[in-house]
Amino acid sequence: MALMALREQLDGLVNSMFLEGLLDDQFEQLQMLQDESSPGFIAELITLFCGDSERILAELTKLLDQAVVDYQKVDAFVHQLKGSSSSVGAQHVKLACVQFRQFCEEHNKEGCLGALNVVKHEYYLLRGKFDTMLQLVDVNPHTEEGQPEGQVASHVVQHLQDPYQQNGVKLYRMPETGGIWIL
Amino acid sequence: MSSSRGGNGRGGGEGERQIHVLAVDDSSVDRAMIARILRSAKYRVTTVDSGKKALELLGLEPDVNMIITDYWMPEMTGYELLKRVKESSELREIPVVIMSSENVPNRINRCLAEGAEDFLLKPVRPSDVSRLCSRIR
Repeated sequence: MALMALREQLDGLVNSMFLEGLLDDQFEQLQMLQDESSPGFIAELITLFCGDSERILAELTKLLDQAVVDYQKVDAFVHQLKGSSSSVGAQHVKLACVQFRQFCEEHNKEGCLGALNVVKHEYYLLRGKFDTMLQLVDVNPHTEEGQPEGQVASHVVQHLQDPYQQNGVKLYRMPETGGIWIL
Repeated sequence: MSSSRGGNGRGGGEGERQIHVLAVDDSSVDRAMIARILRSAKYRVTTVDSGKKALELLGLEPDVNMIITDYWMPEMTGYELLKRVKESSELREIPVVIMSSENVPNRINRCLAEGAEDFLLKPVRPSDVSRLCSRIR
């Protein structure tokens, strides 16, 4: 019962993100690439994206704080962020980056500062939802020695009455979603 | 530089030899993306984060069957890497695919003229990669 509720919560969250335009169809591509042989793929990508984005936002803040702004460097960072947000399907962040680049081209400092705020707003909004998503999904399903992850999954399915214990936390696998582990 | 774990022996095609792709991208997100797409198509993948590291690896390990590289990278662009590969007598036979997030016709033409096998627009999708299948011997 509780597991189904969690599963519904995860699905509901992702669907609302699609509806709001926070995620675009590139995220669907990621969902299709995640399977039993790579159950932690989305979590890995989201984690990389967030790490990269926060590094870039910190650099941009520093660069725009200078009296004389190096727009080439600013543009290079925004380009990077636009690329990674596009790759994970972070639509609003990507669009905010596109607008940011316009201001860069014009060497418009005020515009850039405003655009940076918009990017930060969109990013942190998305990040909050990604955090919730990751709490509903376990990245590293427990594997017994010598067993590839695919075999572990079916092993767990057979023993849903007897969940795995890892570090005192119970892990289950939802067979329908293939590789999503609910804590 | 990160290497893939060993594959299951079945290549991205028939035969015992698994096709080995070298993926070059300075973005960690995009490296993870392209590696996943290629591995799910049963290729063996090695990823590096720069053209310089790609050339180092190519100097050591001549069993790379295809190179797929981002265009826009600091220090050495994908175009420059393409040129270096095509100028080398040992490496020039290796097909090189360029990826870019920007659809710039001049850029695409320049790369193709320099001998690029194909030009993919990012974000790259599995269907883009399966299209490359037929080109690899």
